[in-house]
Amino acid sequence: MFAFVAFAALMTPQAAAQEQPVEPYKIDPTNAGAAPFAGDGMARAFGGQDGISRIVDRFVTANFADRRIGEIFMNQDEVRLRRVLFEQFCYILNAGCTYTGRDMRAAHKDMGVQQGDMNRLVENLQAAMQAERVPFAAQNRFLAKLAPMRRDVVER
Amino acid sequence: MIVPLWTKVAVAAGALGIAAAADAQQIAEPGKLLLTNGIGTIEGASGGGLTPWAVIAGNATRDGIGVQASATAAELKDYDFQVAGVAIGALDRVELSYARQRFDTNWVGGALGLGNDYKFDQDVWGAKVKLAGDMVYGSEWMPSIAAGVYYKRSLDAPIVRAVGARKAEGTDLYVSATKLFLRWSLLANVTLRATNANQNGLLGFGGDKRNARTIHPEGSLAYQVSRRFVVGGEFRSKPDNLGIAREDDWFDAFAAYALNRNLTATVAFADLGSVATVEGQRGVLFQIQGSF
Ligand code: HEM
Repeated sequence: MFAFVAFAALMTPQAAAQEQPVEPYKIDPTNAGAAPFAGDGMARAFGGQDGISRIVDRFVTANFADRRIGEIFMNQDEVRLRRVLFEQFCYILNAGCTYTGRDMRAAHKDMGVQQGDMNRLVENLQAAMQAERVPFAAQNRFLAKLAPMRRDVVER
Repeated sequence: MIVPLWTKVAVAAGALGIAAAADAQQIAEPGKLLLTNGIGTIEGASGGGLTPWAVIAGNATRDGIGVQASATAAELKDYDFQVAGVAIGALDRVELSYARQRFDTNWVGGALGLGNDYKFDQDVWGAKVKLAGDMVYGSEWMPSIAAGVYYKRSLDAPIVRAVGARKAEGTDLYVSATKLFLRWSLLANVTLRATNANQNGLLGFGGDKRNARTIHPEGSLAYQVSRRFVVGGEFRSKPDNLGIAREDDWFDAFAAYALNRNLTATVAFADLGSVATVEGQRGVLFQIQGSF
């Protein structure tokens, strides 16, 4: 029986991408922590949903593999993170999504993130945006939306 | 009860291990974003080239201590100017700096009766405290704000007095506000400085025209072209205390490139106006800055 379940888990794509349940919370797009851009200029600069999806994948992979901040991500729900982070970026960039994740304070509570960790995460994001050839000015405009979230992410 | 020695050692080592781990948690390795610590000013503090910014020298964040060293050389029409500076930045809050400035008068020294290649030297000690805000993070419109002081001492006291300066040492006080406006990729800095320094102190402090400190605005504006590259300009207004040697405001246009996390190279075209009676002192300034 157990062997069969494990086998099934390997076979079915939904099961392979299984998210862990989280404490219940109120779903609200304002949890994303920033108002979306107006117009479709930013969405296009990021290559639409396809571009954003590649950026998020590269970004999450880099964070998990990171020498400095990897251990903060280790043992977290990578599947969920990829999904909601994509939603958040897509929502803020006004590329046609809504955000269903937690708010930034709840998501990063008691994680012990330090300022240098935050900067490293920004560098990983910059590298991911660069790989997708997002113009630097547009990268910064996006970072301008994320920069105020520091107070909910970094401890102290 | 007899506790075997090895147990005590193991317990002690364990306690030390925990202490070390706790420290490692708190004291983080350096990790500022590229260029967000500025370059070394000609007075040793971190900032632009001519004016201090509300940033703290070195690569450390609020969880560590960093250092900066900078070497600057300017070739002006008739003079050469060199600066070596060091600064230490703690907890992204406090900065202490020192710079030695050397101003070579080349032929002008001879014309002024000081002898060809006469050099004016000055020591500058600085302290800066970040009071509020953040240059990158936090509210989009809230800059980092800092206050600082320079204590300057000319090493040519008899000469600077002979030119008309009241004193060979003086103190500058300043406040700076600095913000990287990410939405425009623009870095802006405004500094207000109270000073009575003549040519930044190289020609002493105070003079026949005025002795008291006056307040002078300074500014920098820079566009971030890429993560590593910024171009911009600076302005620094100055007092004009000496009757025999008119003094002008300073301007420059610069390009700074972060070669890596530890090295930033800057080139600037500077216009220092009239210096020690000789007009039109324009030239090129180079700087290499190391940050750790
Ligand atoms: C402005 C910067 C940041 C943004 C926009 C952001 C965004 C997010 C989002 C949307 C989630 C998922 C929320 C959910 O599961 O409902 C999340 C989770 C997470 N974030 Fe961030 N984050 C930021 C900074 C950081 C930093 C600096 C770190 C650590 C270095 C970090 C580590 C994590 C981890 C480990 C999780 C998973 C938490 C869990 O599964 O319980 N984040 N973040």
